Amino acid sequence: MTKAIPAAQPQTQRSQPYTLMELMICAAAHQLEDGKTAVIGTGAPLAAAMLAQKTHAPNLIILFEAGSMAPILEKLPISVAGSHTQTHALKHSSMDDIMEACQRGMVDYTFLGGAQIDRYGNLNSTMIGGDYARPTVRLPGSGGASDLAALCWKTVTIMPHNRRKFVPAVDFITTPGYLTGPGAREAAGLPRGSGPYKVISTLGVMGYHPESKCMQVESLHPGVTREDIIENTGFEMLFAGDLQITAEPTAEELRILREEVDPQGKIIQK
Amino acid sequence: MLENQKAVEPIGELFQSPDVEAAREFFREKSRVMIDKRATVQEAVARFIHDGDYIATGGFGSVRIPTAVLHEIVRRRKRNLGFAGHSTTHDFQILAAGGVLDRCDIAYIVGLELRGLSPNGRRLIESGAVRTTEWSNASLAWRIKAAAMGIPFLPARVLLGTDTERFSAAKEITCPFTGQKLLALPALFPDVAIIHVHQADIYGNAQIEGVSIIDYDLAKASRRLILTTERIVDTDTFRKRPGQTSIPYWLVDAVCHVPYGSYPAEMPYEYTSDEEHLSAWIEAEKDPAAFEAFLEQMIYSTRNFDEYLQASGGSERLARLRELEPLKRE
Repeated sequence: MTKAIPAAQPQTQRSQPYTLMELMICAAAHQLEDGKTAVIGTGAPLAAAMLAQKTHAPNLIILFEAGSMAPILEKLPISVAGSHTQTHALKHSSMDDIMEACQRGMVDYTFLGGAQIDRYGNLNSTMIGGDYARPTVRLPGSGGASDLAALCWKTVTIMPHNRRKFVPAVDFITTPGYLTGPGAREAAGLPRGSGPYKVISTLGVMGYHPESKCMQVESLHPGVTREDIIENTGFEMLFAGDLQITAEPTAEELRILREEVDPQGKIIQK
Repeated sequence: MLENQKAVEPIGELFQSPDVEAAREFFREKSRVMIDKRATVQEAVARFIHDGDYIATGGFGSVRIPTAVLHEIVRRRKRNLGFAGHSTTHDFQILAAGGVLDRCDIAYIVGLELRGLSPNGRRLIESGAVRTTEWSNASLAWRIKAAAMGIPFLPARVLLGTDTERFSAAKEITCPFTGQKLLALPALFPDVAIIHVHQADIYGNAQIEGVSIIDYDLAKASRRLILTTERIVDTDTFRKRPGQTSIPYWLVDAVCHVPYGSYPAEMPYEYTSDEEHLSAWIEAEKDPAAFEAFLEQMIYSTRNFDEYLQASGGSERLARLRELEPLKRE
């Protein structure tokens, strides 16, 4: 039933062709504000943060959960603890220090991935299957994700959009979204006012309905229809009243991504 | 999966006792004498790591890990070890390869960050051969911090409402001052920690460069601590710049001189990771028979870490990894 994902190929009236990953990275970068703090994982989230830093958010403070504080990144890191996360940092600190900054309320954004997401933005990165003791597929577990989504103000998730990933109920809530709906995070004891903010998928950019806390599409990627979203989502997806088309990457964004952020194409060619 | 707004009652197994009185009794007897603690990796493992022990590694999976000691644990065919799996990648991969674990606290295992998943690590956990309890990086870090502080738990605001909480061994509590719901994280006192450092003296005073992850708290929380070090230096190095001492000697039980000791993982300011060799591990793990042969060749039939380094590329490759390291000292 899943339809081939469109928009991977260049379309008419476009100055330059771009990959779907490039579009997603640019859309993710646009979510980050200048002068704010963000704990970032490797891969597409980091490419987005680097792009934001080199375009509209030069004073974005990047933090890594292993302890690097405000580095100036030269090369895309493979590990969130590696030397490439630590170049020209203001402080080489520790994991407890970064996580405690999040718990104090000093960290604005975090960018995460996951194997499954539900309508409330709950994420699974622990296991696929029905029995915890004998999983069909064992995945890594929380890492820092559950902590960061609990403690940072806004959580942005980047993931492919299909029915295996956008599911009615995740097999395991590794990382809290809005849990069971409005008020559930606060009732559980999680910090007030924090929570899922955006999802950047291969089909569109989603936010959450202010009252119901259910995921809703805010913009469709160029060439994607509502039907594509519905077909590829395992739960009832809402659509915002003023549904937009995701902004295409500008020539300058593409140049920076290809020449400065990821010259080897490790992420953007995926 | 979870019912709306009910308190979660975690069902995970608590592998290490948070009994602070027992910990104090142990630390009361721990030597404070500044004596020469140099040992070979073989000696340190024979003396301090016993079947059934609960161990923890410093660093972060593919960054500054104590590879030589992990290999020796596998080579000596240790059994029934517990393990603190806080963002562990290649370190977990080595222990999983040796089948030395029977229980594991999990924040992050099986995964190799951007490199993918460990096929053998997955098989091991999916088979049910290892008892597991779920945590997260912050909760494990704070469990270790509680032990370092000598208190039985630390309250925190993470995991609440998730299945990670349900399969943890934490407990929900109410703050006596604010009424806030909190998660009590039980102190984690490992039997043995193994940490790879940049330089140490013969007594165990040690310096780590770059991010320290959880290693100072881990050094304090662990009953025994084995250091492996890139270099042995004079004690004067620390006395001249005491602000740069990461771990003081009195926490340390053994100092093993192991140049390139984090290989094939990276060592900030020293050498970068050997991606080719890390890929060879993943490739070999895909087929259990091929992996057995790989382990036989690389670990069981090598006598020590030097032989492993030779078998995986030797001095020319190591020199190249040193050149490629992005962090340079002034």
